[in-house]
Amino acid sequence: MRVSLTLGLLLAGMALALALVSAIWTPHDIQAMALADKLNPPSPKHWLGTDQFGRDILSMLMVGARTTIAVALVAVGIGMAFGVPLGLWAAAVSGSGLDQAIMRGNDLIFAFPSLVIAILITAVFGPSAINAILAIGIFNIPVFARVTRAGALPLWTLDYVRAARIAGKGAARISLEHLLPNLMNLLIVQGTIQFSLGILAEAGLSYVGLGAQPPTPSWGRMLAEAQTLFAIAPHVAIFPGLAIVLTVLGLNLAGDGLRDALDPRLRRAR
Amino acid sequence: MTLLSVQGLSVAIHSTPILSGVSFDMTQGQVFGLVGESGSGKSMTALALMGLLPRGAVAAGSARFQGQDLFALPEAALCRLRGRDIGMIFQEPMTALNPVMTIGNQVAETLRIHTGLSRREARAAARERLDRVGLPADRISLDRYPHELSGGQRQRVAIAMAVALRPALLIADEPTTALDVTTQAQILDLLGGLVDEQGMALLLITHDLAVVAERTDSVAVMRQGRIVEQGATEAVFRTRAQDYTRHLFAAASHIPPRAAPPRDKPLLTVDRAVRDYRLPRPRPFGPLPIVRAVDHVSLTIARGESVGLVGESGCGKSTLTRAILGLDPLQGGKIRLDGHTVGPNMPRAVRAGMQMVFQDPYGSFDPRWTVGRLVAEPFHLTGQPPDAQDRVAEALSEVGLTPEDAGKYIHEFSGGQRQRIAIARALITRPRLLVLDEPVSALDLRVRAQILDLLAGLQQDHGLSYLFISHDLSVVRQVTDRVLIMQAGRIVEEGPTGRVFAAPVHDQTRRLVAATPRIPSEMAPSRRLTRAPT
Repeated sequence: MRVSLTLGLLLAGMALALALVSAIWTPHDIQAMALADKLNPPSPKHWLGTDQFGRDILSMLMVGARTTIAVALVAVGIGMAFGVPLGLWAAAVSGSGLDQAIMRGNDLIFAFPSLVIAILITAVFGPSAINAILAIGIFNIPVFARVTRAGALPLWTLDYVRAARIAGKGAARISLEHLLPNLMNLLIVQGTIQFSLGILAEAGLSYVGLGAQPPTPSWGRMLAEAQTLFAIAPHVAIFPGLAIVLTVLGLNLAGDGLRDALDPRLRRAR
Repeated sequence: MTLLSVQGLSVAIHSTPILSGVSFDMTQGQVFGLVGESGSGKSMTALALMGLLPRGAVAAGSARFQGQDLFALPEAALCRLRGRDIGMIFQEPMTALNPVMTIGNQVAETLRIHTGLSRREARAAARERLDRVGLPADRISLDRYPHELSGGQRQRVAIAMAVALRPALLIADEPTTALDVTTQAQILDLLGGLVDEQGMALLLITHDLAVVAERTDSVAVMRQGRIVEQGATEAVFRTRAQDYTRHLFAAASHIPPRAAPPRDKPLLTVDRAVRDYRLPRPRPFGPLPIVRAVDHVSLTIARGESVGLVGESGCGKSTLTRAILGLDPLQGGKIRLDGHTVGPNMPRAVRAGMQMVFQDPYGSFDPRWTVGRLVAEPFHLTGQPPDAQDRVAEALSEVGLTPEDAGKYIHEFSGGQRQRIAIARALITRPRLLVLDEPVSALDLRVRAQILDLLAGLQQDHGLSYLFISHDLSVVRQVTDRVLIMQAGRIVEEGPTGRVFAAPVHDQTRRLVAATPRIPSEMAPSRRLTRAPT
């Protein structure tokens, strides 16, 4: 139980550390092109090799981590900030017209693919990382609203919620004090899944040119640009891919571990 | 002829001993009772016999069934044996049935696995078995799903599956614990009838001494993984040779010491209360069907009085309780507590005047809160007093726990301790009325007696009034002054507890009293034996 939490935090922390360090130092300037050094395999000078413009892949990954993590994190944040209260609200008034209105509104958003929303936003505001965040974040809202409502409904029938009602507490307070903490495990797991999906969605949006714009690197765009070069220089695709996989894996492990660590029932006896 | 002979059965899970040296014999057509408190190893014995022990459990000893040692058989042979020669039914009939399969298919499946019957033949056989367990074709079609049946009907389906292949042995693990007294009596009658007709042996696992006394030929009393004593039921129950058996009987018939209730003015009055429910429309734009769950109910509870509310499940007693607690609005009538109108919008000060203790000691606490925070929750009604911590400590001490327990989480406590915490939480705002919803039915006999004593003591000290909701008449009889019998949303009989149970007037009361299992008077120990030095 502790092993998964430690390993997960280590992997996720590494990605975060890469992003933070890149703000003050990178091994090479990512703006500097050196076409003579293009597509070099890993070497003492360029630990992870160079890309098709001769830029250092390690430096690109470090700077790209900033974009990628920021996009996924903020997108999950938007989804939770709006989705969880909506879900709790719908569960509290379940069966009523308001519940129907909230959930059908969510279905409406769900019915649009995130890509279509992204294109819509881009058409209005122009392409940028911020708009990618918005598009992915809006798409996350119904996911969290549904998970929260589905998780909260059975809790409303439990005796401890009845005890809270007998103690005079209203629906909002019960949702905040009793339901939310007991839904945490569900939300943490869903959060890590959405975070992983967010990284992939950012990659997808960048690939069609709706995400981070050149020269700002992102893992998704690095991967997208490398795919045609895979046969001649596989390392250009492998390293950003590995970065995505390890970060997503780390987050999932950390999510599982965190869920267990936050549950008093699973805590070791002191 | 010996059907099953268990010799020196021991089970250990991760080298922690669970059962040690359990030995007993069962003959054909015999009803054998296995009685004991929770954790005594009754269910583990049954699982060991079925070869269904949890992972990590190691069984030793032997269990010879029809001449072959169950523990020596390979899994494949056990699979053929289970269901065909040994059937089993469980406590909770809902989880024992597959919710997405029709009952006809579930019974037919059992038949088809073990016999070469075609689909059509198996369904015909299933029909016949369901008829036998009291689910006739004109009322219960094969195409019903488990959720469309009542608890008793589901247990009948489970029995039909278990006895479909006429097994030589049926193991019933607390088969009626989740059911009403009247349903319990019907299910036990059904099991007894099957034993008589088919010469089947029945291993009846229960915590209820009265059920064992009424229904079994032989009994083994279990404690901490061992059989304390065993023999013919009548002899064991009459002699009560072991201290432990005597303690169990004492707890079962324990009556907490209580003073006569003061004849005081009423604290709670319910005047012609009506509560309707709307059901979903049967078809689009159709009229909304309305169910009247509480139908012009009137009752009063005096200060310091204990009133029992008894009825089968679905009679409306839970709905009435919710209305009394002011959680749901009424469609007619009035409820008053100490002169103040009760309803969803009543002032907090009025709400603080009544609290509730729930049936399930496991579901009534938020697992993520500390005990101190849980007990203090009703302070929401009165505002957090400056000495809240001391009040919590005082409440915990009063129910027999220590103030240090406030820092622990609820999973660190046993069922009985949790019920004490529930009582502490209910008392923290110093209410005058306590609604007790089956507060002891999930507890073991001896713990039950302790909790009833605690409640009686608290009533004395604080002048509390109790509304005691239960379907268990024996408990209601022990602790209430007056009793109300509820049926189909109406109070059909009320009066002093002793009178109602001794001379019931209404048919429903008679049915309930008749269905309640009791230890026959001839099994009471003779005077010489009770006085024997121990």
